[in-house]
Amino acid sequence: MISLAQLLTLSAILFSLAVAGIFLNRKNVILLLMCVELLLLAANFNFIAFSRYLGDLNGQVFVFFVLTVAAAESAIGLAILVVLFRERRSINVEDLNTLKG
Amino acid sequence: MLIQILFYLFSTILVISAIGVISTRNPVFSALALVMCFVTSAAIWLLIEAEFLAVVLVLVYVGAVMVLFLFVVMMLDIDLAELRQGFTRFAWLGWLTALAVIIEIAGVVWAKGGLGVDASRGASPQPADYSNTLELGKLLYTRYAYPLELAAMLLLVAIVAAIALTMRHRPGLKKQNVDMQNAVRAKDRVRLIKMDAEKGS
Repeated sequence: MISLAQLLTLSAILFSLAVAGIFLNRKNVILLLMCVELLLLAANFNFIAFSRYLGDLNGQVFVFFVLTVAAAESAIGLAILVVLFRERRSINVEDLNTLKG
Repeated sequence: MLIQILFYLFSTILVISAIGVISTRNPVFSALALVMCFVTSAAIWLLIEAEFLAVVLVLVYVGAVMVLFLFVVMMLDIDLAELRQGFTRFAWLGWLTALAVIIEIAGVVWAKGGLGVDASRGASPQPADYSNTLELGKLLYTRYAYPLELAAMLLLVAIVAAIALTMRHRPGLKKQNVDMQNAVRAKDRVRLIKMDAEKGS
């Protein structure tokens, strides 16, 4: 039987690897999007672990909605990326300085 | 015992492929490692009896989202060498943050009573005739019917937004004009003329 602590630790490791990935690949927008997907996966792990442990299915319904929103987010993110590449011929984050932010 | 062995095996694969996602040179390899992450996560979700979500993860993520990622990665002609510059400059900060997050969460989880619940034991297994999909469906179509409709609407908006963003009108492109094609009459198309036959020389 897999204990709650094991699952939470696994999701913590996954989450921190994704955070480290955001630090490492600051320039590549595609890898940033992938790291966000990993973060969401780690969060979903927590939802499912607590849902099973507490015997409450509402957590799994929430994971379902998170998956839906994440799919929509990555589709629109990739569309923006394609438009960006068409305009700038680059996906480097440092080139995105039109707004002078 | 077997479940424990499988859990540690899948966890090892999951962590290794997550490291692969964030550290390989080639974005295609990163995308493939992310696919591996999702598949092993689905296996772990099966181990903890969340069958429906495991299937959804494989179908939706591996089947649709990651294919989309791979398409985009392969379509764009990216200068990798420029993107890799300064890769290690903030690496220590990244690993430090990762380590801090792991230590904090593991400290809370493994501390005695840190979560307010006994985290060292797992959930009791479901009875043999329990159907995860049936129970989730009952919840989704009763209590969560309205959020489900909203999620469907969100997906529709995402489709429209993605298509509207990537569609482009290039000037000087030869294309059909459907309105004119439908409105055309036979007399506009064919012109009958009378002319004398040419004399053979």
